[in-house]
Amino acid sequence: MSELTPEKAKAYWGRTSGLMWTMLGIWFFFSFVVHFFAPQLNKISFIGFPLGFYMAAQGSLIAFVVSLFWFASKQNAIDEEFGVAEDE
Amino acid sequence: MANNTQTGGKSFIDNLGKIYGIYTGGFAAFVIVLAILEQMGVSNQIIGYLFVFMTVGVYALIGVLSRTAEMGEYYVAGRKVPAFYNGMATGSDWMSAASFIAMAGTLYLSGYDGLAFVLGWTGGYLLVSILLAPYLRKFGQYTVPDFLGARYGGNVARFVGVIVLISASFAYVTAQIFGVGIIASRFLGISFEVAVFVGLAGILVCSMLGGMRAVTWTQVAQYIILIIAYLIPVMIMSAKVTGVPIPQLMYGQALEKILALEPALGVVKSHTAAFADAKGVMNFTDGLNFFALILCLMVGTAALPHILMRYFTTPSVRDARKSVAWSLLFIFLLYFTAPSYAVFAKLEVYQNVIGQQITALPGWVQSWGAIGLVGACDAANAAAQYALCKGVTGNADGILQLSEFRISADAIVLATPEIAGLPYVIAGLVAAGGLAAALSTADGLLLAIANALSHDVYYRMIDPHAATKRRLIISRVLLIVVAIISAYVASTKPSHILAMVAWAFSIAASGLFPALVMGIWWKRTSNAGAVAGMIAGYGVCLYYLIMTQFYGMPLWFGVKNISCGLFGIPAAFIVTYVVSLMTAAPAKEMQDFIDSIRVPKGDVKLANADDAISH
Repeated sequence: MSELTPEKAKAYWGRTSGLMWTMLGIWFFFSFVVHFFAPQLNKISFIGFPLGFYMAAQGSLIAFVVSLFWFASKQNAIDEEFGVAEDE
Repeated sequence: MANNTQTGGKSFIDNLGKIYGIYTGGFAAFVIVLAILEQMGVSNQIIGYLFVFMTVGVYALIGVLSRTAEMGEYYVAGRKVPAFYNGMATGSDWMSAASFIAMAGTLYLSGYDGLAFVLGWTGGYLLVSILLAPYLRKFGQYTVPDFLGARYGGNVARFVGVIVLISASFAYVTAQIFGVGIIASRFLGISFEVAVFVGLAGILVCSMLGGMRAVTWTQVAQYIILIIAYLIPVMIMSAKVTGVPIPQLMYGQALEKILALEPALGVVKSHTAAFADAKGVMNFTDGLNFFALILCLMVGTAALPHILMRYFTTPSVRDARKSVAWSLLFIFLLYFTAPSYAVFAKLEVYQNVIGQQITALPGWVQSWGAIGLVGACDAANAAAQYALCKGVTGNADGILQLSEFRISADAIVLATPEIAGLPYVIAGLVAAGGLAAALSTADGLLLAIANALSHDVYYRMIDPHAATKRRLIISRVLLIVVAIISAYVASTKPSHILAMVAWAFSIAASGLFPALVMGIWWKRTSNAGAVAGMIAGYGVCLYYLIMTQFYGMPLWFGVKNISCGLFGIPAAFIVTYVVSLMTAAPAKEMQDFIDSIRVPKGDVKLANADDAISH
């Protein structure tokens, strides 16, 4: 693979930063935003749980795990597209 | 690189699945043998001894087999730990005695509000993965202060980083050794002070000879034991209460029953009520504290050096990212189970303890009351029988009301096997799990502190020409010295110990996180800006802690001092930003260095050649 040109490096970092902001948005939503509404969500029942409680005890945690695996594969795809992934 | 050394060899890495598979099977067989021995009449005391000594013996054996005299092996396990196993090691590095024993109890006592810990201690891994771990792995040296030194022009930044690292980690490691002492003294029947030093010996054999390599492979072994020990009792409990052994799904049913029982029992603050005070009234301050705590724990997660340094050990940047995801999955397994412990225990209390004749209480109330973890305080003289009843005056009507019942946070996980009517061998299993959790976290923290002192202070700042052999000897001596000091502090049973652990997160978050993140994501960050920011964040957080805790300063906006990072983190970001703009932009060499760590492939272009590590 050829040396990364400045333009390509800039494009690569743009894509990487974009993914970073997307992930920060997911993080912020499941860490804070959804729990702002806990008192309202608690009026809804979900498999026996009040939904507000469920989101803090399980829902957000599942979202965290899934989004991290998604992030790892997404960033890897960007690395490969720009030819900057490490050799196996 | 020599690959034929004992356990670091290629064949060991290739056979990890087989080795840990056999290990897990062996552990299961060991538990079954103990169960049979118990049925044959072997005493509980001996079962407890066998559990503690066999598991610690195995950790020690791994520690001895992983001994090494190579720098790369000692500091970063040779950078060949696969993502999956590094995830397990991070899981046990992360989950401490507090997570294993006390968290479920906190959830029992504080209901919804306690979930701030569950969220805060998991979501931080998103910040680790997206902002820091891959770039620190690419940077590819030994410690977190190494990065601060290379990025911010040398020893001033490095030294400030070391100060923050030690402040955050020392209280934390002391609490782990304290936890080891409690578990060992309860299950071995020896005094707490002796148990602390027995635990210390267990920690040292795991880490001293092999450094990071030994700690890594012991932590994987400890994760397997702690997760088995955590899941089994509550699975059986769930099967007993609901008929299905999947507690994480089934505790919703138990929760419905609790919510139905609460009004009749006179519970004013429901288990699921969000942001409510003791009277059950929703208010702004409780909500603010809930979110402030989540923020501080998450940002703190992404700044604690014993966690960040685990991602220095993966073979590649790609593996570092994958490894964070695996870490969170392994941590998630315990954290999404913890609320079910709390709910099943609460249902038992509401159904079978409250409202019962004081003479007809279940056996576990009596046995855990005897060691001061439960109190049934009906009569005025109940304190004579239950230490927890001190200061509680019951109405002596012979029936236990809710206001007459006391339970310590530590009792929930420990007593669950007995509540579920399980044999003693399961209680021993839980003790082995708690011990594994405390030992593994203590190992990681001690290594982080000792490495900062030996690598960053001694080698980088005092004697840069020290020979490899000498550096390794210094590392080991410092490891022992730090371990003994923290064991001594733990043996004095300091009263603020639990508060100090929670403070560690805010301190790390305020002191280290902004400098690390801005160093990677904002090229304009200057040396002076970063140092000023670290000092400002650390200073604000510490000032708020000390003034509110010891000098009676009123709280700002009602924010508890455990969340002092709410003020420290923004202070650090703002000061770093402003001072950076007031000082000269980093040189071209530094910009090239930052560019080189942002890309997974290629060499790291250090701005100062002296920063290169020598093996």
